Amino acid sequence: MDVLLPTTIDEVVTARAERPEAMLLAGGTDLMVAVNAGLRAVPSVVALRAVDDLRAWARQGDEVVVGAGVTYRRLLGPELAALVPGLAEAARTVGSPQIRSVGTLGGNLGTASPAGDALPVLVALGATVELAGPDGARSLPLTAFVTGPKRTALGAAEVVTAVRVPVASGAQQYRKVGVRNAMVIAVASVALVVDTAHRRIGVGLGSVGPVPLPAPEASAFAAEAVDWSTGSLVELSAARRFGELVAAATSPIDDHRSTAAYRRLAVAVLAERCLRTACAAPRAPGEVAA
Amino acid sequence: MSDPYVLTVNGAERRVDDAWLGESLLYVLRERLGLPGSKTGCEQGECGSCSVAVDGELVCACLVLAASAVGTTITTVEGLQPERGDFTDVQRAFVDEGAVQCGFCTPGLVMAVHDLLDRTPEPSDLDIREAISGNLCRCTGYGRVVAAVEAAVAVRRGVAASGVAP
Repeated sequence: MDVLLPTTIDEVVTARAERPEAMLLAGGTDLMVAVNAGLRAVPSVVALRAVDDLRAWARQGDEVVVGAGVTYRRLLGPELAALVPGLAEAARTVGSPQIRSVGTLGGNLGTASPAGDALPVLVALGATVELAGPDGARSLPLTAFVTGPKRTALGAAEVVTAVRVPVASGAQQYRKVGVRNAMVIAVASVALVVDTAHRRIGVGLGSVGPVPLPAPEASAFAAEAVDWSTGSLVELSAARRFGELVAAATSPIDDHRSTAAYRRLAVAVLAERCLRTACAAPRAPGEVAA
Repeated sequence: MSDPYVLTVNGAERRVDDAWLGESLLYVLRERLGLPGSKTGCEQGECGSCSVAVDGELVCACLVLAASAVGTTITTVEGLQPERGDFTDVQRAFVDEGAVQCGFCTPGLVMAVHDLLDRTPEPSDLDIREAISGNLCRCTGYGRVVAAVEAAVAVRRGVAASGVAP
Protein backbone atom coordinates (compact mmCIF):
# COMPACT_ATOMS: atom_id res chain seq x y z
CA MET A 1 0.00 0.00 0.00
CA ASP A 2 1.09 3.52 -0.61
CA VAL A 3 -0.02 4.74 2.77
CA LEU A 4 2.61 4.02 5.38
CA LEU A 5 1.60 3.90 9.03
CA PRO A 6 4.89 3.97 10.96
CA THR A 7 4.70 3.53 14.72
CA THR A 8 7.99 5.13 15.80
CA ILE A 9 9.78 8.37 14.96
CA ASP A 10 12.71 6.37 13.55
CA GLU A 11 10.35 4.61 11.17
CA VAL A 12 8.96 7.97 10.07
CA VAL A 13 12.44 9.25 9.29
CA THR A 14 13.34 6.07 7.40
CA ALA A 15 10.11 6.21 5.41
CA ARG A 16 10.74 9.87 4.57
CA ALA A 17 14.27 9.12 3.41
CA GLU A 18 13.16 6.20 1.25
CA ARG A 19 10.23 8.09 -0.29
CA PRO A 20 11.17 11.72 -0.73
CA GLU A 21 7.95 12.27 -2.68
CA ALA A 22 5.73 11.07 0.18
CA MET A 23 3.53 13.57 1.95
CA LEU A 24 3.38 13.74 5.74
CA LEU A 25 -0.17 13.41 7.00
CA ALA A 26 -1.02 14.55 10.53
CA GLY A 27 -4.65 15.50 11.26
CA GLY A 28 -5.49 16.00 7.58
CA THR A 29 -7.40 19.23 8.10
CA ASP A 30 -5.18 21.11 5.65
CA LEU A 31 -3.85 18.36 3.38
CA MET A 32 -7.17 16.65 2.71
CA VAL A 33 -8.83 19.93 1.77
CA ALA A 34 -6.24 20.29 -0.99
CA VAL A 35 -6.54 16.62 -2.01
CA ASN A 36 -10.36 16.80 -2.16
CA ALA A 37 -10.18 19.90 -4.31
CA GLY A 38 -7.84 18.12 -6.71
CA LEU A 39 -5.08 20.60 -5.93
CA ARG A 40 -2.67 17.99 -4.65
CA ALA A 41 -1.80 14.71 -6.30
CA VAL A 42 -1.10 11.91 -3.84
CA PRO A 43 2.01 9.93 -4.76
CA SER A 44 2.32 8.25 -1.36
CA VAL A 45 1.61 9.20 2.21
CA VAL A 46 3.39 8.78 5.53
CA ALA A 47 0.57 8.98 8.08
CA LEU A 48 1.65 9.97 11.59
CA ARG A 49 -1.50 8.78 13.37
CA ALA A 50 0.05 5.62 14.83
CA VAL A 51 3.26 7.15 16.23
CA ASP A 52 2.66 7.10 19.99
CA ASP A 53 5.78 9.14 20.79
CA LEU A 54 4.41 12.06 18.79
CA ARG A 55 1.21 12.07 20.81
CA ALA A 56 2.86 12.31 24.23
CA TRP A 57 3.50 15.40 26.32
CA ALA A 58 5.54 15.77 29.48
CA ARG A 59 6.64 18.37 31.97
CA GLN A 60 10.43 18.57 32.25
CA GLY A 61 11.35 20.94 35.07
CA ASP A 62 10.34 24.47 34.07
CA GLU A 63 9.44 23.36 30.55
CA VAL A 64 6.69 21.41 28.85
CA VAL A 65 7.48 19.25 25.84
CA VAL A 66 4.36 18.86 23.72
CA GLY A 67 4.45 16.14 21.07
CA ALA A 68 3.72 17.23 17.51
CA GLY A 69 0.76 14.85 17.36
CA VAL A 70 -1.07 16.38 20.32
CA THR A 71 -4.46 17.56 19.06
CA TYR A 72 -6.19 20.85 19.79
CA ARG A 73 -8.73 18.92 21.84
CA ARG A 74 -5.96 17.60 24.07
CA LEU A 75 -4.34 21.05 24.38
CA LEU A 76 -7.66 22.04 25.96
CA GLY A 77 -7.43 19.29 28.59
CA PRO A 78 -7.15 20.64 32.14
CA GLU A 79 -3.57 19.53 32.86
CA LEU A 80 -1.98 20.97 29.72
CA ALA A 81 -4.20 24.04 29.86
CA ALA A 82 -2.90 24.79 33.38
CA LEU A 83 0.72 24.52 32.23
CA VAL A 84 0.35 26.42 28.94
CA PRO A 85 -2.93 28.35 29.09
CA GLY A 86 -2.09 30.38 25.98
CA LEU A 87 -2.02 27.28 23.79
CA ALA A 88 -5.34 26.16 25.25
CA GLU A 89 -6.88 29.56 24.51
CA ALA A 90 -5.63 29.37 20.93
CA ALA A 91 -6.82 25.77 20.54
CA ARG A 92 -10.30 26.79 21.66
CA THR A 93 -10.56 29.16 18.68
CA VAL A 94 -9.59 26.54 16.10
CA GLY A 95 -12.33 25.28 13.78
CA SER A 96 -15.05 23.17 15.36
CA PRO A 97 -15.10 20.12 17.63
CA GLN A 98 -14.61 18.00 14.50
CA ILE A 99 -11.45 19.91 13.56
CA ARG A 100 -10.05 20.07 17.10
CA SER A 101 -10.42 16.27 17.38
CA VAL A 102 -7.83 15.66 14.70
CA GLY A 103 -5.86 18.86 14.05
CA THR A 104 -2.43 18.81 15.69
CA LEU A 105 0.18 21.23 16.97
CA GLY A 106 2.73 19.68 14.60
CA GLY A 107 0.35 20.06 11.69
CA ASN A 108 -0.05 23.75 12.48
CA LEU A 109 3.76 24.05 12.34
CA GLY A 110 4.14 21.97 9.19
CA THR A 111 1.51 24.00 7.34
CA ALA A 112 3.03 27.24 8.70
CA SER A 113 0.12 29.39 7.62
CA PRO A 114 0.47 33.03 8.70
CA ALA A 115 -2.95 32.48 10.30
CA GLY A 116 -2.05 29.29 12.22
CA ASP A 117 -3.60 29.85 15.64
CA ALA A 118 -0.96 28.09 17.74
CA LEU A 119 1.93 29.95 16.13
CA PRO A 120 1.56 33.42 17.71
CA VAL A 121 1.38 31.75 21.12
CA LEU A 122 4.58 29.82 20.38
CA VAL A 123 6.28 33.06 19.31
CA ALA A 124 5.18 34.80 22.51
CA LEU A 125 6.40 31.85 24.58
CA GLY A 126 9.79 31.76 22.86
CA ALA A 127 9.11 28.14 21.87
CA THR A 128 11.65 25.75 20.43
CA VAL A 129 10.69 23.31 17.64
CA GLU A 130 12.26 19.86 17.86
CA LEU A 131 12.95 17.96 14.65
CA ALA A 132 14.14 14.47 13.84
CA GLY A 133 15.90 13.50 10.63
CA PRO A 134 18.42 11.09 9.13
CA ASP A 135 21.28 13.04 10.71
CA GLY A 136 19.70 12.93 14.14
CA ALA A 137 17.67 15.40 16.17
CA ARG A 138 17.96 19.17 16.10
CA SER A 139 16.00 22.07 17.46
CA LEU A 140 15.21 25.55 16.18
CA PRO A 141 13.55 28.60 17.68
CA LEU A 142 10.05 28.87 16.26
CA THR A 143 10.95 32.14 14.56
CA ALA A 144 13.73 30.33 12.65
CA PHE A 145 11.53 27.33 11.83
CA VAL A 146 8.89 29.34 9.99
CA THR A 147 10.72 30.93 7.07
CA GLY A 148 7.83 32.35 5.03
CA PRO A 149 4.13 31.98 4.31
CA LYS A 150 3.56 28.20 4.38
CA ARG A 151 7.34 27.68 4.25
CA THR A 152 9.51 26.12 6.93
CA ALA A 153 13.07 25.04 7.60
CA LEU A 154 11.95 21.39 7.73
CA GLY A 155 14.39 19.23 5.78
CA ALA A 156 13.26 16.78 3.10
CA ALA A 157 13.50 13.73 5.36
CA GLU A 158 12.74 15.48 8.64
CA VAL A 159 9.66 15.47 10.84
CA VAL A 160 8.56 17.84 13.61
CA THR A 161 8.58 15.76 16.78
CA ALA A 162 7.71 18.22 19.55
CA VAL A 163 7.55 21.78 20.77
CA ARG A 164 9.33 22.90 23.93
CA VAL A 165 7.77 25.77 25.87
CA PRO A 166 8.21 27.22 29.37
CA VAL A 167 5.67 26.41 32.09
CA ALA A 168 3.45 29.46 32.61
CA SER A 169 4.55 31.83 35.37
CA GLY A 170 1.88 34.46 34.68
CA ALA A 171 -1.19 35.24 32.63
CA GLN A 172 -1.40 34.12 28.99
CA GLN A 173 -3.88 35.41 26.45
CA TYR A 174 -4.88 34.66 22.88
CA ARG A 175 -7.35 36.87 21.03
CA LYS A 176 -8.47 36.58 17.45
CA VAL A 177 -10.72 38.47 15.07
CA GLY A 178 -12.77 36.62 12.47
CA VAL A 179 -16.25 36.71 10.98
CA ARG A 180 -17.75 34.36 13.57
CA ASN A 181 -16.69 32.47 16.68
CA ALA A 182 -16.36 29.02 15.13
CA MET A 183 -14.79 27.72 11.92
CA VAL A 184 -12.87 30.89 11.32
CA ILE A 185 -9.41 31.61 10.00
CA ALA A 186 -7.90 34.55 11.86
CA VAL A 187 -8.12 37.97 10.22
CA ALA A 188 -5.76 39.11 12.95
CA SER A 189 -4.64 37.56 16.21
CA VAL A 190 -2.55 38.44 19.25
CA ALA A 191 -0.91 36.22 21.85
CA LEU A 192 0.46 37.69 25.06
CA VAL A 193 2.52 35.84 27.65
CA VAL A 194 3.41 37.35 31.02
CA ASP A 195 6.57 35.75 32.39
CA THR A 196 6.77 36.86 36.01
CA ALA A 197 9.86 34.72 36.60
CA HIS A 198 11.93 36.67 34.06
CA ARG A 199 9.91 39.91 34.15
CA ARG A 200 9.25 39.61 30.46
CA ILE A 201 6.15 40.08 28.34
CA GLY A 202 6.11 38.00 25.17
CA VAL A 203 4.04 38.98 22.15
CA GLY A 204 3.12 36.96 19.06
CA LEU A 205 1.00 38.21 16.15
CA GLY A 206 -0.90 36.20 13.54
CA SER A 207 -2.25 37.06 10.07
CA VAL A 208 -0.49 40.44 10.02
CA GLY A 209 2.67 39.45 8.20
CA PRO A 210 4.15 36.66 6.08
CA VAL A 211 5.04 34.74 9.25
CA PRO A 212 3.87 34.88 12.87
CA LEU A 213 5.61 37.94 14.24
CA PRO A 214 7.14 39.01 17.53
CA ALA A 215 6.89 42.64 18.62
CA PRO A 216 10.14 43.32 20.49
CA GLU A 217 9.62 47.05 21.07
CA ALA A 218 6.11 46.49 22.36
CA SER A 219 7.37 43.68 24.60
CA ALA A 220 10.11 45.87 26.07
CA PHE A 221 7.69 48.75 26.59
CA ALA A 222 5.18 46.49 28.38
CA ALA A 223 7.83 45.02 30.66
CA GLU A 224 8.71 48.58 31.76
CA ALA A 225 5.05 49.51 32.20
CA VAL A 226 4.34 46.71 34.66
CA ASP A 227 4.97 46.97 38.39
CA TRP A 228 6.42 43.50 38.81
CA SER A 229 5.87 43.50 42.58
CA THR A 230 2.12 43.34 41.88
CA GLY A 231 2.02 42.18 38.26
CA SER A 232 -0.23 45.08 37.27
CA LEU A 233 0.22 48.07 34.98
CA VAL A 234 1.45 51.23 36.73
CA GLU A 235 -0.75 53.28 34.38
CA LEU A 236 -3.64 51.58 32.60
CA SER A 237 -3.19 54.06 29.74
CA ALA A 238 0.07 52.29 28.87
CA ALA A 239 -2.06 49.56 27.29
CA ARG A 240 -3.06 51.90 24.47
CA ARG A 241 0.56 52.81 23.70
CA PHE A 242 1.37 49.09 23.82
CA GLY A 243 -1.30 48.48 21.16
CA GLU A 244 0.22 51.17 18.94
CA LEU A 245 3.67 49.61 19.25
CA VAL A 246 2.23 46.18 18.41
CA ALA A 247 0.58 47.59 15.29
CA ALA A 248 3.88 49.19 14.29
CA ALA A 249 5.52 45.76 14.35
CA THR A 250 3.19 44.35 11.68
CA SER A 251 3.34 44.22 7.89
CA PRO A 252 -0.19 43.17 6.90
CA ILE A 253 -1.59 42.88 3.40
CA ASP A 254 -4.96 43.35 1.70
CA ASP A 255 -6.45 39.99 0.72
CA HIS A 256 -9.80 38.23 0.33
CA ARG A 257 -10.24 38.03 4.09
CA SER A 258 -9.54 41.60 5.14
CA THR A 259 -7.53 44.76 4.53
CA ALA A 260 -4.12 45.77 5.81
CA ALA A 261 -5.63 48.86 7.45
CA TYR A 262 -8.23 46.86 9.36
CA ARG A 263 -5.68 44.28 10.46
CA ARG A 264 -3.40 46.99 11.83
CA LEU A 265 -6.30 48.48 13.76
CA ALA A 266 -7.49 45.07 14.98
CA VAL A 267 -4.13 43.95 16.39
CA ALA A 268 -3.74 47.25 18.23
CA VAL A 269 -7.14 46.83 19.89
CA LEU A 270 -6.59 43.13 20.64
CA ALA A 271 -3.15 43.77 22.10
CA GLU A 272 -4.45 46.59 24.29
CA ARG A 273 -7.20 44.31 25.62
CA CYS A 274 -4.76 41.45 26.20
CA LEU A 275 -2.45 43.63 28.29
CA ARG A 276 -5.30 45.26 30.24
CA THR A 277 -6.75 41.85 31.09
CA ALA A 278 -3.45 40.16 31.87
CA CYS A 279 -2.00 43.01 33.95
CA ALA A 280 -5.04 44.82 35.33
CA ALA A 281 -5.50 43.72 38.92
CA PRO A 282 -2.65 43.44 41.41
CA ARG A 283 -1.58 39.85 41.78
CA ALA A 284 0.75 38.15 44.20
CA PRO A 285 4.24 37.56 42.70
CA GLY A 286 4.48 34.15 41.16
CA GLU A 287 0.75 33.58 41.25
CA VAL A 288 -0.49 32.03 38.02
CA ALA A 289 -3.57 33.66 36.57
CA ALA A 290 -6.47 31.55 35.40
CA MET B 1 -4.56 2.55 -7.19
CA SER B 2 -3.81 1.59 -3.65
CA ASP B 3 -3.53 -1.97 -2.41
CA PRO B 4 -6.70 -3.43 -0.89
CA TYR B 5 -7.26 -2.44 2.72
CA VAL B 6 -9.76 -3.20 5.46
CA LEU B 7 -11.75 -0.69 7.51
CA THR B 8 -13.73 -1.47 10.65
CA VAL B 9 -17.07 0.28 10.16
CA ASN B 10 -20.04 -0.08 12.51
CA GLY B 11 -18.57 -3.23 13.97
CA ALA B 12 -17.93 -4.98 10.65
CA GLU B 13 -14.66 -5.45 8.77
CA ARG B 14 -15.11 -4.00 5.29
CA ARG B 15 -12.62 -4.62 2.48
CA VAL B 16 -11.89 -1.77 0.09
CA ASP B 17 -10.59 -2.80 -3.36
CA ASP B 18 -9.39 -0.79 -6.33
CA ALA B 19 -9.42 2.49 -4.48
CA TRP B 20 -7.51 5.60 -5.51
CA LEU B 21 -5.02 6.54 -2.83
CA GLY B 22 -6.37 10.03 -2.22
CA GLU B 23 -9.93 8.94 -1.47
CA SER B 24 -11.44 10.38 1.67
CA LEU B 25 -13.20 8.22 4.22
CA LEU B 26 -16.41 9.98 3.22
CA TYR B 27 -16.05 8.90 -0.39
CA VAL B 28 -15.25 5.32 0.56
CA LEU B 29 -18.18 5.10 2.97
CA ARG B 30 -20.67 6.41 0.44
CA GLU B 31 -19.41 5.13 -2.89
CA ARG B 32 -17.66 1.88 -2.00
CA LEU B 33 -19.28 0.61 1.21
CA GLY B 34 -22.92 1.53 0.57
CA LEU B 35 -23.22 3.82 3.59
CA PRO B 36 -24.70 7.08 2.24
CA GLY B 37 -25.89 8.41 5.61
CA SER B 38 -22.86 10.69 5.89
CA LYS B 39 -23.48 13.54 3.46
CA THR B 40 -21.07 15.16 1.03
CA GLY B 41 -21.28 18.90 1.48
CA CYS B 42 -18.25 21.16 1.39
CA GLU B 43 -15.46 18.55 1.36
CA GLN B 44 -13.30 20.93 3.37
CA GLY B 45 -14.37 20.32 6.95
CA GLU B 46 -16.59 23.39 7.14
CA CYS B 47 -20.13 21.99 7.08
CA GLY B 48 -20.03 18.94 9.34
CA SER B 49 -22.57 16.99 7.29
CA CYS B 50 -20.11 14.09 6.99
CA SER B 51 -19.43 13.83 10.74
CA VAL B 52 -18.53 10.32 11.93
CA ALA B 53 -16.72 8.94 14.97
CA VAL B 54 -13.21 7.54 14.52
CA ASP B 55 -11.88 5.85 17.67
CA GLY B 56 -14.55 7.69 19.62
CA GLU B 57 -13.62 11.14 18.32
CA LEU B 58 -16.05 13.21 16.26
CA VAL B 59 -14.39 14.00 12.93
CA CYS B 60 -15.26 15.13 9.42
CA ALA B 61 -15.04 12.00 7.25
CA CYS B 62 -14.07 14.19 4.29
CA LEU B 63 -10.80 15.11 6.05
CA VAL B 64 -9.80 11.53 6.86
CA LEU B 65 -7.64 9.80 4.28
CA ALA B 66 -9.50 6.49 4.06
CA ALA B 67 -6.43 4.32 3.66
CA SER B 68 -4.89 5.87 6.79
CA ALA B 69 -7.90 4.83 8.88
CA VAL B 70 -6.90 1.16 8.82
CA GLY B 71 -6.96 -0.18 12.36
CA THR B 72 -9.38 2.43 13.70
CA THR B 73 -12.96 1.92 14.83
CA ILE B 74 -15.36 3.91 12.67
CA THR B 75 -18.99 4.62 13.55
CA THR B 76 -21.31 6.28 11.06
CA VAL B 77 -24.88 7.46 11.53
CA GLU B 78 -26.01 4.06 10.23
CA GLY B 79 -24.17 2.45 13.14
CA LEU B 80 -26.08 4.33 15.84
CA GLN B 81 -29.21 2.20 15.57
CA PRO B 82 -29.20 -1.53 16.24
CA GLU B 83 -31.77 -2.12 13.46
CA ARG B 84 -32.37 -0.08 10.35
CA GLY B 85 -35.45 2.08 10.92
CA ASP B 86 -35.03 2.38 14.65
CA PHE B 87 -34.37 5.82 16.08
CA THR B 88 -31.92 6.71 18.80
CA ASP B 89 -33.24 9.01 21.52
CA VAL B 90 -31.47 11.91 19.82
CA GLN B 91 -33.01 11.12 16.43
CA ARG B 92 -36.45 10.79 18.05
CA ALA B 93 -35.97 14.19 19.69
CA PHE B 94 -35.00 15.75 16.34
CA VAL B 95 -38.24 14.45 14.78
CA ASP B 96 -40.42 15.38 17.73
CA GLU B 97 -39.03 18.91 17.98
CA GLY B 98 -39.14 19.69 14.25
CA ALA B 99 -35.35 19.91 13.98
CA VAL B 100 -35.42 18.10 10.63
CA GLN B 101 -36.33 20.10 7.55
CA CYS B 102 -34.49 19.23 4.35
CA GLY B 103 -32.53 16.66 6.35
CA PHE B 104 -29.17 17.09 4.67
CA CYS B 105 -27.33 18.25 7.80
CA THR B 106 -29.27 15.94 10.11
CA PRO B 107 -26.97 12.88 10.14
CA GLY B 108 -23.97 15.07 10.97
CA LEU B 109 -25.88 16.94 13.66
CA VAL B 110 -27.11 13.66 15.17
CA MET B 111 -23.50 12.42 15.34
CA ALA B 112 -22.38 15.71 16.93
CA VAL B 113 -25.18 15.62 19.51
CA HIS B 114 -24.46 12.01 20.47
CA ASP B 115 -20.80 13.00 20.92
CA LEU B 116 -21.83 15.95 23.09
CA LEU B 117 -24.17 13.95 25.32
CA ASP B 118 -21.64 11.13 25.71
CA ARG B 119 -19.13 13.65 27.07
CA THR B 120 -21.44 16.17 28.72
CA PRO B 121 -24.76 14.63 29.83
CA GLU B 122 -26.05 17.97 31.20
CA PRO B 123 -24.87 20.53 28.64
CA SER B 124 -25.41 24.27 29.09
CA ASP B 125 -26.86 26.30 26.24
CA LEU B 126 -23.32 27.40 25.38
CA ASP B 127 -22.08 23.79 25.45
CA ILE B 128 -24.83 22.87 22.97
CA ARG B 129 -24.06 25.77 20.64
CA GLU B 130 -20.34 25.06 20.72
CA ALA B 131 -20.92 21.34 20.09
CA ILE B 132 -22.91 22.05 16.91
CA SER B 133 -20.75 24.97 15.78
CA GLY B 134 -19.15 22.81 13.11
CA ASN B 135 -22.46 21.68 11.61
CA LEU B 136 -24.11 24.02 9.13
CA CYS B 137 -27.92 23.97 8.82
CA ARG B 138 -29.48 26.35 6.33
CA CYS B 139 -33.12 25.47 7.15
CA THR B 140 -33.79 25.59 10.85
CA GLY B 141 -31.82 28.54 12.15
CA TYR B 142 -30.74 26.12 14.92
CA GLY B 143 -33.58 26.98 17.31
CA ARG B 144 -35.29 23.63 16.78
CA VAL B 145 -31.97 21.81 16.89
CA VAL B 146 -31.13 23.29 20.29
CA ALA B 147 -34.66 22.41 21.43
CA ALA B 148 -34.11 18.82 20.26
CA VAL B 149 -30.88 18.54 22.25
CA GLU B 150 -32.63 19.87 25.35
CA ALA B 151 -35.47 17.38 24.79
CA ALA B 152 -33.02 14.49 24.48
CA VAL B 153 -31.30 15.58 27.69
CA ALA B 154 -34.67 15.71 29.46
CA VAL B 155 -35.58 12.23 28.22
CA ARG B 156 -32.26 10.79 29.40
CA ARG B 157 -32.64 12.57 32.76
CA GLY B 158 -36.11 11.04 33.13
CA VAL B 159 -34.83 7.60 32.21
CA ALA B 160 -31.98 7.93 34.70
CA ALA B 161 -34.37 9.13 37.44
CA SER B 162 -36.87 6.31 36.86
CA GLY B 163 -34.14 3.70 36.71
CA VAL B 164 -35.69 2.21 33.58
CA ALA B 165 -33.27 1.26 30.84
CA PRO B 166 -33.94 3.07 27.54
